[in-house]
Amino acid sequence: MGSALEVRGVNKRFGGLQALNDVNLTVEEGRIHAIIGPNGAGKSTLLNCFVGRLKPDSGTVMFHGQNLLGILPYQVNQVGVSRVFQTPEIFADLTVLENVMIPALAHRDGIFEMNAMKPLLKETDIRKKAVDVLEDIGLHDKLDMTASSMSRGDKRRLEMAMGLVQEPKLLLLDEPTAGMSRADTNNTIEVLKHISKSRAITMIIIEHDMHVVFTLADRISVLAQGTVIVEDQPENIKGNKKVQEAYLGGAH
Amino acid sequence: MFGLSRGDLLLWLFVLLLVLAAPILLNPFPESSALAQFNGGYPDLMQRFLIFGIFAIGFNILFGLTGYLSFGHAAFLGAGSYAAVWMLKLLTINVIPAIIVSTLVAGILSLIIGYISLRRSGIYFSILTLAFAQMSFAAAASVGFVTQFTGGETGLQTALNDPRILDTASTTGNIPAPSLFGLEMRDSFQWSVGDWLWTFNAGYYVCGFVMMVAFYIAIRITRSPFGMMLKAVKSNNERLSYTGINPKPYTLAAFVISGMYAGLAGGLMVAMDPLAGVERMQWTASGEVVLMTILGGVGTLIGPIFGAGLIKYFENIFSKINESLLHQWFAFLPDGVEDFFVAVIYPFVGKGWHLTLGLSFMLVVIFLPGGMVGGLTSLYRRIFKKSKQAN
Repeated sequence: MGSALEVRGVNKRFGGLQALNDVNLTVEEGRIHAIIGPNGAGKSTLLNCFVGRLKPDSGTVMFHGQNLLGILPYQVNQVGVSRVFQTPEIFADLTVLENVMIPALAHRDGIFEMNAMKPLLKETDIRKKAVDVLEDIGLHDKLDMTASSMSRGDKRRLEMAMGLVQEPKLLLLDEPTAGMSRADTNNTIEVLKHISKSRAITMIIIEHDMHVVFTLADRISVLAQGTVIVEDQPENIKGNKKVQEAYLGGAH
Repeated sequence: MFGLSRGDLLLWLFVLLLVLAAPILLNPFPESSALAQFNGGYPDLMQRFLIFGIFAIGFNILFGLTGYLSFGHAAFLGAGSYAAVWMLKLLTINVIPAIIVSTLVAGILSLIIGYISLRRSGIYFSILTLAFAQMSFAAAASVGFVTQFTGGETGLQTALNDPRILDTASTTGNIPAPSLFGLEMRDSFQWSVGDWLWTFNAGYYVCGFVMMVAFYIAIRITRSPFGMMLKAVKSNNERLSYTGINPKPYTLAAFVISGMYAGLAGGLMVAMDPLAGVERMQWTASGEVVLMTILGGVGTLIGPIFGAGLIKYFENIFSKINESLLHQWFAFLPDGVEDFFVAVIYPFVGKGWHLTLGLSFMLVVIFLPGGMVGGLTSLYRRIFKKSKQAN
């Protein structure tokens, strides 16, 4: 299998802070790649560079031969990269089903479609697709609930459904289990494992929960002070000296 | 049916019924009774209910769905009016070309204004639309080149010697009245039953037909994937772009659609009364449609129509109540008490009707964030729930 995402020499500076310092990363197709690191290591900054939220000062991010840098967020999405946000970014006033139908429509119809006279009720395929994903994720009994009235854990799951319904080639997950109970976390792990296998979606996961990381990831990159210090198999990461140092903040 | 869900179809039919029966429903008091002045069933006012209903329905597509608050829709109302007068002057006295062209002209103007204004959101967007509308107003009133088309401060109206290339020329007699294939808009049929007098006006029913079509299209838009995207723009614009949607063409399309509704309303005004003045472009007209939409219920289908009706009723009926009338009403009270009541109520009626409007607007915004329709819906739900629990 080839590589899905190739990150080369990405730098990002905020004023006096070098947030990303010559980041290099290769994500193999169909794998789950975890990015871990202490707080402030630059994990979220890196993810923001992938989806057009931030523009790096230099470097390239190639996704199946297409440069993701310098294109707009909705263009990144249309190329096949979906992002699941850390704090739930949902359409709070809309229903759960609508929240998932919107990305499904975006996947089918592209960035704009003037279908003002088409009844939403006739979009049975889109509806079915959304309901299927919500079933997978365990929200099928809340279809008509207003998204804002859901629990935080359910909102996170809704976020994931919004990403999955687009059948992305690459799914970016920013701390998918943060704020979830142990049971919900395990459930999410199962869902992600299942999806990764059944749909062959490449995933990049940023995660603090080491249980999640070591159960899911095929490969792990450790980010510290804006640089990738180690990239290896999970079993080799656990005993790595550099990683332990990074997490202990350089105290010997 | 007709691409509507059962609930929406019932709502549409309900409004149709109200429109058809309005000449009777709005004249509940016998002609000779003291309350007859509260009758709103005269053609001029009823036409305005419907025309401003169209204006507000269209405004709600932009404001209610996308959340973008325009303070410049009067420009489109005015542009539509001018275009319609020109059609009546140059082409034919038949109102159909006037109505169509007014919609198109407003559409083009709103495309330009919308394209520029939508580069910003929130308060900056509102200010930009207001600025454009005020520029249009100033241009229409006093910029030499533009006043050739708008008649400046005097405005535009039809005249006997207009070319009207599609009509048979006549240089004698009266100025022809706007008509629909010969049916004059001012034609009325009066029906009197007992002491009641009901007026069924041709122009009113033409407006009614157009409004029902406009309302139908608005329901279809609201219930379409496009409409859902507009709601998503309001809910979380940034998330929408990470979902693979470009929000800009959606908001621009909503802006143009609502501008065309405003133009259609302007065109209908002219079809009913063939003159257009620069005051139609004034900012107060832009503000009025905001009030109508909020009072009736932002984002609800039927709210803007009620909001428009309520404000126009206030404007025309409350403003007619004067001091001597109040004295008549309270004549049964002792003199001192009578004077007291009149003194308290007088500032709120007659010329002070804006005070009543302002107060009711404040009450709605504070206590009924969903407007009148939102309030009624939650009241209905509460009663329904209680009766369910009682069972």
